[in-house]
Amino acid sequence: MTALESTTEGKTGVSGAEIRLDGVTKIYRGQKAPAVDNISLTIPAGEIAMFVGPSGCGKTTTLKMINRLIEPSSGTISIGGEDIRSKKVDELRRTIGYVIQGGSLFPHMSVAKNISIVPKLLGWDSSRISARVDELLDLVGLDPSKYRSRYPRELSGGQQQRIGVARGLAADPPVILMDEPFGAVDPITRQRLQDEMLSIQRELRKTIVCVTHDIDEAIKMGDRVLILQEGAHIAQYDTPEVVLSSPANEFAQDFVGAGSSLKRLSLARVSELDLRQPTTATVGENAEDVKQRAQANGDRSVIVLDSRNRPLGWPWVRQLKGSTIVDPGQDLVNLDSRATLNDALDTMLVSGHGGAVVTGDRDTYLGVVNFKTVTDFIEAMQREAEAETGAAASNGADEHPSERISIAPTDEELQSGSAQ
Amino acid sequence: MWDFLVNRQAQFLINGWNHAYLVILAVFFGTIIAVALAVVVTRLPALEPVANAVSAIGLTIPSLALIGLLLPLTGLGATTALVAVTFYATLPILRNAVVGLQGVDPTLVESARGMGMSEPMTLLRIRLPLAWPVILSGIRVSLQMCMGIAAIAAYVLGPGLGAWIFQGLAQVGGKNALNLALSATIGIVVLALILDVLLLLLGRLTTSKGVRV
Repeated sequence: MTALESTTEGKTGVSGAEIRLDGVTKIYRGQKAPAVDNISLTIPAGEIAMFVGPSGCGKTTTLKMINRLIEPSSGTISIGGEDIRSKKVDELRRTIGYVIQGGSLFPHMSVAKNISIVPKLLGWDSSRISARVDELLDLVGLDPSKYRSRYPRELSGGQQQRIGVARGLAADPPVILMDEPFGAVDPITRQRLQDEMLSIQRELRKTIVCVTHDIDEAIKMGDRVLILQEGAHIAQYDTPEVVLSSPANEFAQDFVGAGSSLKRLSLARVSELDLRQPTTATVGENAEDVKQRAQANGDRSVIVLDSRNRPLGWPWVRQLKGSTIVDPGQDLVNLDSRATLNDALDTMLVSGHGGAVVTGDRDTYLGVVNFKTVTDFIEAMQREAEAETGAAASNGADEHPSERISIAPTDEELQSGSAQ
Repeated sequence: MWDFLVNRQAQFLINGWNHAYLVILAVFFGTIIAVALAVVVTRLPALEPVANAVSAIGLTIPSLALIGLLLPLTGLGATTALVAVTFYATLPILRNAVVGLQGVDPTLVESARGMGMSEPMTLLRIRLPLAWPVILSGIRVSLQMCMGIAAIAAYVLGPGLGAWIFQGLAQVGGKNALNLALSATIGIVVLALILDVLLLLLGRLTTSKGVRV
């Protein structure tokens, strides 16, 4: 409880707690080989640690030992310096958010009931709970008045997963465990959910442990990536940059895969790019003014924002009918500023404008990214890499020069594609 | 037959009421016993075949025989009737409760435990509400079956409409024999239909909108 209270106080900065595993081993009864073998690692407060590895490598077992769904055979685990066995198991779990694949919502409970489970267990009063439910729905980008009283089966897979995340965050726990949280949704929804999770994390700074089998997801989401081998031996535990550039052993190298140069696109974030600032318009504004502004800027399209500065649509100027600006009712695919260049390219390919709208915290508008911005950035990155390779080659230290060169054709393709 | 019923209206209604009361009470106890047993069975998977065998074999015991076996223990009267009917009421509910509880997605249970719900809380707030529609359909089957079995219980002087059936059978060829047996039988059928509708309503009220079919 004390850890929880202290986190609700400090809204800014890190609200997570450090997790430390020390010599943790799990041997299931009747099995000789341990499922998890003598793991020791520290996850710093406020960071995302991604556990990645082939199935059966013990990553989920390791995760479940942190909230004692599985008891370790030996070794200790502590959260915020406190041994997890010092509390009653149910009390411990109420201070740890738990999000699993598909959201795992209780079908007989409304969205609000699902989210308020842990606050209720903690004895919050009902007005505080309902305020918290609305706050969380807003945080995960769902309109509270519309979704509060719906049942899980009335939601799409992505929405269910969002509610699952909201439920995990409900009592503002310092630590959140996620087991393949975005495994059950389609790739576009997954990318969106990942971006949203990153933007939420930027705001909350929890300690998040997330299990995935997808190395791309691990590299994109993780502050640290833990690559596990059979029997939960640590192959490597480091930042994504290091995991990509210098795999610790053959297993890690195989697992990261041959396309690791392309994967580096996953390390650069949209926030590092210089965003273009085209003409914007706010709902309710005079349409003529907007058209004139667009003409002055030389833009053939404008971005329509709502009163809270969230993008609603990206219509062409000729599509602006009537005297005032209204919600164009488009299904705009936004790009979170924490999204990777990989995601950015994906999103731009499906957009009719050859670009994508970038949003920041709580979906507020930041600017537009287009192919030119991305290719400029890749070129700069490549020049840097070449300079480095030149230096490294003279030392004979670079093992994978081919990876860097392989970016080049992609680059050209992109430039020919960016001609609008 | 109409005159016959009008003349004995009061008795007919009392018998009907007693019949319904006996069945409702038996099904109520049967539900509690069956759900409790099912909770135990789902915790100890080794018991599941035992439970299935008991509920299958139990239903093959002729009700008259069971009532006869109970006589030395509980004597003539309402108690014997209630015990016998409760025994039969339990069986279909037990089977459905086991199936219903086993049908609850284990990841939901794990996620409930992972959020810090205690085991009894998980049972009451997650497992039983999710299994409820299946349990309820067992209760409906049980109720229909018990309407008939309760009639047999009149053999040991149990309450209900069965008394008139036995009376009618005893006076075969007599003036009112057919009236007695037929009116009681129709009464039982009508009662069964009414109670089934009430159970349907109860089901609608107690089943969450999120899991209603």
